[in-house]
Amino acid sequence: MTKRRIEPILWLLFSGGGVVAAVFLPILILLFGLAIPLGLLQPDYNHLHAVVSYWLTRLVLLGLIVLMLFHAAHRLRYTLHDGLQLKRLDKPIEVLCYGGALVGSVVTLLIVLSI
Amino acid sequence: MSAPTTYRQPVSRLWWLKKRTYLMFVLRELSSIFVAWFAVFLMIMIFAIGRGEESYRNFMNWAGSPVVIVINVVALAFSILHTVTWFALTPQAMVVRGPGSKQVPAKKEVTVAGRRMTAATVVRVGGRMPSGLVIASQYVGLAVVSAFIVWLVLQ
Repeated sequence: MTKRRIEPILWLLFSGGGVVAAVFLPILILLFGLAIPLGLLQPDYNHLHAVVSYWLTRLVLLGLIVLMLFHAAHRLRYTLHDGLQLKRLDKPIEVLCYGGALVGSVVTLLIVLSI
Repeated sequence: MSAPTTYRQPVSRLWWLKKRTYLMFVLRELSSIFVAWFAVFLMIMIFAIGRGEESYRNFMNWAGSPVVIVINVVALAFSILHTVTWFALTPQAMVVRGPGSKQVPAKKEVTVAGRRMTAATVVRVGGRMPSGLVIASQYVGLAVVSAFIVWLVLQ
């Protein structure tokens, strides 16, 4: 019964995370995963620090990361379940996926609060 | 409950390699691994930015190493796959109504304290936006958000 009650919330987090990943992820990977590490763009550190420390940015980053973690956890759970037919391992997979997302969310909260 | 007695043909664990559409489905689902990867990447980056300029430089040096760059190239490809497939599914998941829609009175069966009753309500009908328009408007949103992030980071 408890499981049934939490299921809609998991689907809600999945679709919320799907939307933010679709809209924010390509540009974020392009900028911070490729252009900046490769030295094609070099933003000023102090400016970057100021942007990230602003309360609204912190809130947005927290929401973005938490939603993306739960989106990935939910999708991965079903991919492992259907794709590899690991029906017998359903419970450990759920614990691993959602537990991982939960731990990641708490760590993100701590990081965001510590800037 | 007794076990079902009907025969179920066993499905190969590699069923998703048999058809292109199956493969695309599995690739789309696998995009989640890279969503998780970049969420963690962002977490470490924010932490590094918070710790000071040297930490940030060290992080970017690590992110510039060939292995991480290759992972992020793959991650970018998967994130684009996710964006395209997600946008394409939106019109199927929700009805978006434009200015042509109107509210009309309707009746709805409800159960109050165990009794079936008829309640008066309103529903919105007509003016459904064509799916092409819904998809296109999402790309406009994507462009606006992307441009804003670039401006915010580089100003």
